[in-house]
Amino acid sequence: MREFRYGRATGVAEAVALHAGNPEARFLGGGTNLVDLMKSGVESPELLIDVRGLPLDRIEVAGDGSLRIGATVTNSDLAAHPEVRRRYPALAQAVLAGASGQLRNMATVGGNLLQRTRCGYFYDTIQPCNKRRPGSGCPAVTGEHRNHAILGWSEHCVATHPSDMGVALAAFDAVVSVHTADGPAQLPLPDFYLPVGDTPHRETALPPGALITGVTLPPAPVAARSRYRKVRERASYAFANASIAAALDIRDGVVREVRLAFGAVASRPWRAGTAERTLTGGPATAEAFAAAADAELAAARPLTHNEYKVPLVRNLVVAMLTELAEEAAR
Amino acid sequence: METNSSAISLRVNGETHALTVDNRTTLLDALREHLDLTGTKKGCDHGQCGACTVLLDGRRATACLQLAAAADGRTVTTIEGMADGDRLHPVQQAFLDFDGYQCGYCTPGQICSAIGVIEEHAAGWPSAVTADVRPEAGPPPLDADEIRERMSGNLCRCGAYVSIVRAVAEAAAQVAAGREAAGGQGSGAGGTRVTA
Ligand SMILES: Cc1cc2nc3c(=O)[nH]c(=O)nc-3n(C[C@H](O)[C@H](O)[C@H](O)COP(=O)(O)OP(=O)(O)OC[C@H]3O[C@@H](n4cnc5c(N)ncnc54)[C@H](O)[C@@H]3O)c2cc1C
Ligand code: SF4
Ligand code: FES
Ligand code: FES
Repeated sequence: MREFRYGRATGVAEAVALHAGNPEARFLGGGTNLVDLMKSGVESPELLIDVRGLPLDRIEVAGDGSLRIGATVTNSDLAAHPEVRRRYPALAQAVLAGASGQLRNMATVGGNLLQRTRCGYFYDTIQPCNKRRPGSGCPAVTGEHRNHAILGWSEHCVATHPSDMGVALAAFDAVVSVHTADGPAQLPLPDFYLPVGDTPHRETALPPGALITGVTLPPAPVAARSRYRKVRERASYAFANASIAAALDIRDGVVREVRLAFGAVASRPWRAGTAERTLTGGPATAEAFAAAADAELAAARPLTHNEYKVPLVRNLVVAMLTELAEEAAR
Repeated sequence: METNSSAISLRVNGETHALTVDNRTTLLDALREHLDLTGTKKGCDHGQCGACTVLLDGRRATACLQLAAAADGRTVTTIEGMADGDRLHPVQQAFLDFDGYQCGYCTPGQICSAIGVIEEHAAGWPSAVTADVRPEAGPPPLDADEIRERMSGNLCRCGAYVSIVRAVAEAAAQVAAGREAAGGQGSGAGGTRVTA
């Protein structure tokens, strides 16, 4: 590992100033991804700016009913918070489905959003990888891609975003608050993660050196009846093969509002807007749920070894919405 | 911030240590190589096995992904600090009583993790297998499913899982009984380590 300097920031402006103009600086949250990447040689910063001590560790209900989550709130504290569990249960479940108790105690909200893909070629520095070394190629397209993307990928990169938390945040219209040298700014999650295109190394719209200060969830009564489910190769402590965050509000058998987002199928948490629009105002039946899933997945382009994800996601949609509908009927 | 090393202070098992570490040093290596506390084990060195689990400010953490410099000023409890003199911590005793290990390599991490689990559960934290996470539903009982899920960050290559689950269940019951006898509540997952 390359040698590096380490410093602690005590304020937001100080953190941003320390980073300014230094492309070899990185913010350090819990370190559960960054330290790992440094050990693997994927990241080799010259300066680490520890942001864990910043006063961004609170979760607050704002006057308008939205929930403000600080960037340094740990994954554990997020999942344990009563207002998260009450208003957005799928978010608590998504966080709890990720990593392990030890790691969740260390990991922060900001770091979770910016964690890198788990594509094996990305971690293996002797391999080509467009995300790690732009222009070097993507061996995954014709190689090992069992757990790669089926939606929104390009021939330049087929990696998925591994976050569970992000999937629930996508379903609930999260807005990311950032701070740059120019001051504070807001980035809704759909603008936060960039499309893959031919620049897979550029994953977010964050300007260089920008600090994430928090995430805001607007009030969403539908989220009170929501759920997260994750399918993986062992019962716990593994990244998803596919996951889903779902929320459903039905009245008299008609879908009034629905939220759907998928994990482990694209370079970012995938909000299933097409499925949502197909369902809204229509009947809450298993046939309708399946048709909506098919409408969303019509855009899917599976590779040779990840075709299984298409029926997997379809079945997850039907199962989750059916469960939520049955629960509402009780 | 001008050099590649840091002068840090760590409070480990009740004792304060001042040391200078290369910034690349993990807390795991600082404990093992600088402080000669070799009870904390290195399995994968990538956060994937739990062998290096310690309590950091009372919460379980994987010491292999924690930079020592970033732990400056914090409180660490390792397996060496769990017993009260000659009296083993109830989780340690339960691992002995229920044969919660074979080779023993994962055991320090398992025990530190279990102590964290019991504390987190006492604080009312749900887990991924908790059926209803809403606070109104109340905390789930710490049954075998809950223990397996909460302990899933600790791998055991010997496969002693069945006995580990029994040991944790027994220790949790004892800690809860001890708390009741003392008439107190849990100190909360953010608080100090469990003592019975
Ligand atoms: C064994 C293992 C299993 C895992 N399993 C899962 C899983 O199943 N599901 C899942 O979702 N995740 C999983 N994870 C990933 C884990 O969730 C992330 O590593 C964690 O959320 C990252 O948070 P952190 O605070 O530790 O980030 P760090 O490692 O500190 O940082 C990650 C990145 O974010 C940047 N950063 C951090 N904070 C800020 C900020 N405030 N502003 C701007 N940039 C910032 C850093 O510079 C770095 O680039 C797993 C990790 C491990 C090691
Ligand atoms: S899928 Fe993306 S991350 Fe993986 S090898 Fe290809 S370019 Fe790299
Ligand atoms: S050595 Fe730290 S988790 Fe394996
Ligand atoms: S007892 Fe041998 S690894 Fe667990």
